[in-house]
Amino acid sequence: MLQEIPPGLCFILSGILFMIGAIGVIIRRNVIVVFMCIELMLNAVNLVFIAASGALSSMDGSVFVFFIMTVAAVEAAVGMAIFVMVFRLYHTINADEMNLLKG
Amino acid sequence: MMDMVSFKGIVFIAEAIVAIVASVLMVTRKNPIHSALWMIVTFFAMSVIYLLLDAQFIAVAQIMVYAGAIMMLILFVIMLVQVEEGEKGDHWIAGRSKKTKIAGVLITVILFGQLLLGALFFRMTGQSGDHPAALVDAVGNVKAVGLLLYGQYLFPFEIASILLLVGIVGAVVIAKRKE
Repeated sequence: MLQEIPPGLCFILSGILFMIGAIGVIIRRNVIVVFMCIELMLNAVNLVFIAASGALSSMDGSVFVFFIMTVAAVEAAVGMAIFVMVFRLYHTINADEMNLLKG
Repeated sequence: MMDMVSFKGIVFIAEAIVAIVASVLMVTRKNPIHSALWMIVTFFAMSVIYLLLDAQFIAVAQIMVYAGAIMMLILFVIMLVQVEEGEKGDHWIAGRSKKTKIAGVLITVILFGQLLLGALFFRMTGQSGDHPAALVDAVGNVKAVGLLLYGQYLFPFEIASILLLVGIVGAVVIAKRKE
């Protein structure tokens, strides 16, 4: 019988991945890379859902991850449309130069 | 931790290292296309971890939705958007002010400490569900998820489909060229 993975290890891995994603959101200026880092953070949260539901012998984690994936797909579609439009207007996707709301 | 000298443990450690290294490379690469390709490596590693955790449906959906659909969309938009900029991406640390670097280090240390504390000293609370591994293995993971999705979670499932429809319409309306 194969040994089960302890959920604590999954939580640690998820924490590390979430942290890498958060740092990427903070330090990168390319909006598309920032978006990819947000996707990475969503993935880290998905891992926690799966690990916790596996440890609690429940199936709800898989269902929740399914809904998170749906929302991520919609977010990607709308976000990419917004990036294309912003690039058409300003000819850049650098987050530092999108300062229209700055007074 | 218990002894990790099992096949699952070895595969888990290997995939965890692959995921962490690939995501670090994703954050630090200058060219956004390289970032996107490293992101795909991360998604595949995570998918193997889902398989180890007995979530086969989510593992396949991960490959199809993330590595297939979302990353293809991102790669297309990168190629669409960065035609003039070419190789000139932004470096991840060069050209940042000292204040930014200090803030980044602080946030990193604080966040890492919090996450590590939470992961090391967690207590598994909550009720046990009614899907133990042996029972799920008897019906199959996909069937178990499908029964839940079309039974208990039918209404959220329908709302998710409406959300997808709104997303499609919204993306088309936003990206349409105005004449």
